[in-house]
Amino acid sequence: MRTLMLTLLGLAAAATLEAQVAVRGETVHTMAGEAIRDGLVLIGRDGRIEQVGPAKSIRVPAGYRTMTAKVVTPGLVDAHTVVGLAGALNQPHDQDQLETSDPLQPELRAVDAYNAREVLVEWLRSFGVTTLHTGHGPGALMSGQTMVVKTVGNSVAEAVVDSSTMIAMTLGPDVSRTFAPKSPGTRAKGVAMVRARFVKAVEYGAKLAAAGDDAAKRPARDLGLEALLPVLDGRRAALITANSVSEILAALRLQAEFGFRLVLDGASEAYLVLPQIKAAGVPVILHPSMARQTGGTENATLEDAMLLRNAGIPVALQSGFEGYVPKTRVVLFEAAILAANGLTPAEALATITIDAARIIGQGSRIGSLEVGKDGDVVLFDGDPFEYTSHVCGVLINGRVVRESCR
Amino acid sequence: MLRRVSLATLGLVLAVPLGLAAQAPVRVFTGARLLPIAGPAIEDGVLVVQDGKILAVGPRGSVRVPAGAETIDARGKTIMPGLVDSHSHIGDADGADRSSPIQGDVRIMDALDARAATIQRAQAGGITSVNVMPGSGHLMSGQTVYLKLRDVGTIDELLICAAPRTDICGGLKMANGTNPRGAAPFPGTRAKAAALVRDKFVKAVEYRAKLRAAGDDASKRPPRDLELEALVEVLDGKRIVHNHTHRHDDVLTSVRLAQEFGYKLVLQHVSEGYKVAREIAAAGVPASIILIDSPGGKLEAIDGAFENAAELVKAGVLVGFHTDDGITDSRFFLRSAGLAVRAGLSPKVALEALTINNAKMLGLEQRVGTLEVGKDADFILLSGDPLSVYTKVLETWVEGLKVFDRADAKDRALAVGGFGVMKGTLEGHWHDGMEDH
Repeated sequence: MRTLMLTLLGLAAAATLEAQVAVRGETVHTMAGEAIRDGLVLIGRDGRIEQVGPAKSIRVPAGYRTMTAKVVTPGLVDAHTVVGLAGALNQPHDQDQLETSDPLQPELRAVDAYNAREVLVEWLRSFGVTTLHTGHGPGALMSGQTMVVKTVGNSVAEAVVDSSTMIAMTLGPDVSRTFAPKSPGTRAKGVAMVRARFVKAVEYGAKLAAAGDDAAKRPARDLGLEALLPVLDGRRAALITANSVSEILAALRLQAEFGFRLVLDGASEAYLVLPQIKAAGVPVILHPSMARQTGGTENATLEDAMLLRNAGIPVALQSGFEGYVPKTRVVLFEAAILAANGLTPAEALATITIDAARIIGQGSRIGSLEVGKDGDVVLFDGDPFEYTSHVCGVLINGRVVRESCR
Repeated sequence: MLRRVSLATLGLVLAVPLGLAAQAPVRVFTGARLLPIAGPAIEDGVLVVQDGKILAVGPRGSVRVPAGAETIDARGKTIMPGLVDSHSHIGDADGADRSSPIQGDVRIMDALDARAATIQRAQAGGITSVNVMPGSGHLMSGQTVYLKLRDVGTIDELLICAAPRTDICGGLKMANGTNPRGAAPFPGTRAKAAALVRDKFVKAVEYRAKLRAAGDDASKRPPRDLELEALVEVLDGKRIVHNHTHRHDDVLTSVRLAQEFGYKLVLQHVSEGYKVAREIAAAGVPASIILIDSPGGKLEAIDGAFENAAELVKAGVLVGFHTDDGITDSRFFLRSAGLAVRAGLSPKVALEALTINNAKMLGLEQRVGTLEVGKDADFILLSGDPLSVYTKVLETWVEGLKVFDRADAKDRALAVGGFGVMKGTLEGHWHDGMEDH
């Protein structure tokens, strides 16, 4: 996996050699400190940010293209989606986000199913979304792996930032519905099945460790258990979709038992168990604010993000999974609703930029406009959250990927 | 919002509005920015209502305020007509069953739960009049119903028509394209679908001829046929057809059938309307459209576009927005206008498309859709510009009575959500499959 990742990264870097752009904004939301009035972002040949600051303090070198906008933000980060595995047609051949042959399949890799040319990728990019944490979706106890991609490229190799980020897991009745009449038929059965699989992974890891360099003593390779080893040692997070209180508490219980790094997903009833989530030190990738209030999100509120944030819990926003129309939500629109329901605009913007980047493990590379970070920038002609504003420019890795207004 | 009251007090609660009607107070809202829709914005306006009707509306100083009126200071707020939703599925009702593709006799009013959370959610979204329809899984899924979202507990009290036994209380839902397709007796192709609908209307024409020939002679009348009776109302222009349709050729098929039989048609959804905007305009058919956050999700909606509204209006089509609740949530209905403006529609028409244009599509433009003297006192108080994401619906008034107040904790919960607030929302529609919308 590591080799694959390095190869992919190399390809991504090779694609960005021509960037030399200066983006000037009447307001620049760097997401690293206060917004800058009349600010400038300078992006160098390597596609990374060279300088950020007040325009008057930065000299734009010759040969740089200058773009201007009313408002400038970092590229938007969708902290959890299935776009690229799920396509707009919504036909069996473009729906690869959920394999239903078995409820526990952590070995399924997102890189093996991502369609970089999916029209929904282009759609999200046109609204300023430059990074997706995408992959296998909710609906199975372990549906597979997730990854981080930029919304560019003709192939997964060109798009990928991190080829295996989290194991996507789901607790609760959605899993039972998907796999009926097979197990798990109940919430508790589902948790028991997850525990059993982690126990096996622990034993598998112990056997591997005991075998050391002696290949003859190693257990037979098991791709599913191999995929869980990085979860057990903290290199890969468990992303558990858990909406109701019982599911959230079960996720916290699993985390305590196996010591993995947990990211709560959905979490529409999180507001009922804030102290427990806070004590566990777990971040939340919250359901879309406009998620239909039915099924798992029946008890959601438009103020969930505000309640989590006020409790000191890191929170990012997701576009989630949609089975019908709209086939994907747009985190820009979802965050706008948060800005109108308890979060300040800056806080709402953080849920789709820096806070999202940190939760998906990319806080040092994307999510804010800071020197050394990727040149992912969005240009707006007004308040990014107003319905009547437009995205008028998108840069990814310093390259202009969209210039017209939408 | 509907307060859940004990049976013992229910009678009392229902009696109160009736008792007050004779001596209803005059209420005067002063200082608000008025958006009458019938004319330009009034910056410092006065709105006078009494007996459920608008008594006067105009700039401060131009309106005579009756002595003894209750004055409500609405400075800093915006008042516009109550929103009219021309396509919704609130009330948790279903229409036709799976026995046949054409069931014009089925009435959604016979299944609607007036106490559903979805109805109260629509009040929270500023919707005061609504066309509640059966789904789109049939060529004809039944009769729709036009409702006022009053604070009441029964379907009869929500009806806009006065006498459901004799009045026409809604339209007729039809659908084409992929949704009504299926195993026999459902059509397997588009042309078959059209043939089935034409055949039914041919029968209705014959039925009407027999009725006319019989005149007052009851013995010569054909046996009663509930479905054909409804279709005769359609043929006579008294019942409007609301035709779910997405793809450009399906849109034109809807128009073709309406022209053949001469019925009043409202195109519903019309995802590819912009591709045949000139043809729609030439036919003089209005389009009730929906704005969806991304294209696709179903094949017919793959070319859906925010620009649809602006393109149709540019061609001369009367355009309204709808929620199709639960496809979109009634609480976000104002958002449709904002997104359409983002994609080129003028703010003026965008607000008309939330109000008077929809009223016209339901044949209710004499009663609702604008702030004009003599019209129903259906209006909403907003915290700001209706096109802004930051704007909240503060109050919703129907026929002079407040049905939603964000300052009230229970009402606020319906606007925001919370534990148990939406219980039961979407049951029925959701679990029967989203393809039915």
